[in-house]
Amino acid sequence: MAEKKKKTIKTIKINVDKCNGCRACELICSAFHAAPKYSSNNPARSRIRVIREPLSDIYVPVYAGEYAVAECAGRDKYTIDGKEYDECAFCRASCPSRGEFKEPDSGLPLKCDMCEGEEEPLCVKWCTVDALTCEEREEEVEEDVKMEDIEIGMASMVDRYGLQKVMDTVARMSKKA
Amino acid sequence: MRYAETGFNLEIDLTRGNIERVATDPKDTELYLGGLGTNAKIIWDRVPPEVEPFSPDNLLIFGAGLLCGTPATGCNRTIVTTISPQTKLMAFSMMGGFFAPELKYAGYDKVIFRGKSPDLVYLWINNDKVEIRDASHLKGKGAVETAEIIKKELKEPKAQVAAIGLAGENRVFFASVEQGRSSASRGGMGAVMGDKGLKAIVVRGTKDINLARPAEFMELCNDVMEYIKFRNDNPIPGVMPILAGLGSPQEMKVHDEKWHTENFMWGNSRTRRKDFWNKEIAAEWMNTMDGMRKRLISCYNCPMTCGATIQPPGLPTYMMKCFTKLTYTMAAMSDLEFGLGIAQSATEYGVDGFSAPQVMAFALELYEAGILTDEDFPGMPSDNNGRFYWLLDRIVRREGIGDILANGTYWAAKEIGNGAEAYAHNNIKKHEQLPLKLSMLNPIYFLMYCTGEKINITQIEGQFPQAPFATKEEREEFVKDWFQVPDEKFKQIFLDWEFRGEKSLPLYPTVQMCCDIVDWQERMHYIDDALGMCAGLSSFPLKPPYHIHNYPKFISSGAGIDMDEAKLTQAAKRYRTLVRANNIRRGLRRKDEKPPEDHWKKRFPELEKELLDTYYKFKGWNDQGIPTKESLHELGLDFVSEDFVKRGILTDSQEASPKETPSKKEKE
Repeated sequence: MAEKKKKTIKTIKINVDKCNGCRACELICSAFHAAPKYSSNNPARSRIRVIREPLSDIYVPVYAGEYAVAECAGRDKYTIDGKEYDECAFCRASCPSRGEFKEPDSGLPLKCDMCEGEEEPLCVKWCTVDALTCEEREEEVEEDVKMEDIEIGMASMVDRYGLQKVMDTVARMSKKA
Repeated sequence: MRYAETGFNLEIDLTRGNIERVATDPKDTELYLGGLGTNAKIIWDRVPPEVEPFSPDNLLIFGAGLLCGTPATGCNRTIVTTISPQTKLMAFSMMGGFFAPELKYAGYDKVIFRGKSPDLVYLWINNDKVEIRDASHLKGKGAVETAEIIKKELKEPKAQVAAIGLAGENRVFFASVEQGRSSASRGGMGAVMGDKGLKAIVVRGTKDINLARPAEFMELCNDVMEYIKFRNDNPIPGVMPILAGLGSPQEMKVHDEKWHTENFMWGNSRTRRKDFWNKEIAAEWMNTMDGMRKRLISCYNCPMTCGATIQPPGLPTYMMKCFTKLTYTMAAMSDLEFGLGIAQSATEYGVDGFSAPQVMAFALELYEAGILTDEDFPGMPSDNNGRFYWLLDRIVRREGIGDILANGTYWAAKEIGNGAEAYAHNNIKKHEQLPLKLSMLNPIYFLMYCTGEKINITQIEGQFPQAPFATKEEREEFVKDWFQVPDEKFKQIFLDWEFRGEKSLPLYPTVQMCCDIVDWQERMHYIDDALGMCAGLSSFPLKPPYHIHNYPKFISSGAGIDMDEAKLTQAAKRYRTLVRANNIRRGLRRKDEKPPEDHWKKRFPELEKELLDTYYKFKGWNDQGIPTKESLHELGLDFVSEDFVKRGILTDSQEASPKETPSKKEKE
């Protein structure tokens, strides 16, 4: 049963007009989520991506959201103020239709966790031009049990390969260990 | 494991189409850091002075700085190195943008090209997969256009592209390598790239860059970030706006161009227009800039917005930074609308924004003087703006007079003869300089102009204020939080420096003080160029976030190399000396180390001689500017003195210590 709880909602406000395209957000995100923390960085592992087409003046920081098993039935393409954005440009999903928000080596999905434990998400802290800012508010919500990171990863593996294969693999791996 | 660097270079032989991934020696990183430092070592080892700029044996090196790809803010520079067709010396030109970090993420510190491809090609680096691809369909295409076409055909919108335009293909001596919002413009890098048959280098990387001691490194990064914010909120009072803040000169933001337009020279660096700036022009130029500028933009991992996307009416969009905003306008005695428009063509053609406008103004001055005639300019339009467009086209195509002008003012004047040499008046070491002519000699700048081997004053100056402050109170205020100084003595020098009287230019700062000041300023630039740091956050502005006190910590916690101030100073001195050694081997001597004759109206020959004598000694060079055996030995560069002796540049006995001298004489 879900319980009613007071919860802090963090909203990252994205002002694309202020983005200078420097990608510091990508860098610091990947560094923060390295293990051990900050031991390496690699924007390809980042949970934020700046969709960037300088000559068309397109700069859109997008955050990694839910993992999607399958792509949408249809795709969307926006034109705003005469600028045509890439297909699915604003979508946060880690989805089979594109390369965004996947670990470059394993292909495992990435998801923004708002840099848990930090005062504010580090992408916000490192965005000194204020394209990214963070607002907090309190709300009463019904809270679900939070899936641990490992569960999210496992769930995606199960979606991908089926439960049996994953279980077999884990069993085999534990024998080796 | 290697930290900060990847430990691998790519070796590309364009003649044979051979690609190799070569592990580098960590010892070299300790001695020469990376970027310019290790580039200089490679040039020394592999490009002897017999190798001509357009020989297949000349190397073209794209070196990422040691700390590029780490979280160090603003560390994104690629140091391009080759032998320059214009100066015939070792040239290095830095570009910011996104190339160096991407190269690191692909797993390489440098790409080293040798040989020549028979057909036009481009290099595609996609992590471990590296291939040389046909570029015949890109022949004659603009540099920006090329980058867009390649990204589309590879379906890699995130790839970074460094490309040449028509100027590079046609080996124009001041051709640039263009890369997004940045370029390696000085020294003719693009000409050598074109000579090698290389249209572009394309890179995409998705690997990790590691840090040796992450917690320590991140704390340093956070301090830098805080200090940048502080400096942005607290510009330095008492200096002109362009010197008050951080970053490259904020030309894309600043509308007030009174200082540049009234103090820098127009035309062929000849005419000063003292009352040029007025309300009408200010309003018109602001209107032009606001109409064409789409956005202020940055290089990788940097909060300073030094560049801009420019969209001139009816022309394709391009990106611009810094003083190119005014160089075409001022060379043509025109307006900003013209300048921003022709810069679009110039960027696509890929030419240096300092040299190209001066070469064109030089040609028109020769025409006015009757040294060049109508026959040299068949079909040239009569209006001034049109002439510049016409000349730019002839130069990048090397057509008619353009073929001669494409070699820069020094070589063009020699070829034209008939008194033309007097018109190529703004060169140092055969390379066009900022259009600046001043009244009285400044001894600090004299030394920088003479001995700089970057051959561009903006790449040597910085750190120490350009002029004294008027009152003692202002000076005291300035030194209060001037913690970047390597030694407290610099504060006293500045405190005592006056506009008039005993402690004023040209006799104060004293000769010895000038040596110290110049050495400090130069050292910081050289450190930046090895680490890949943008000069705009370090060596160029006053009170920068990176300095001699925190750099050693960045290097030790980032790259895991044991480093302190003394060791870093010694390393910078080592590869700075190696740059000089390369050039000495190519014939550079004291006679070449002089500012343009007319740079200052009032000169002081005796003082100038004393300055150069003392500075050479201070640097460990003999009176010809050649590093002595002892100073080379102290830097661990005995292999340089051995080579010098073999070539007769130094003699066996020269500079030997007194103890050794008799025994050597006995042997003889």
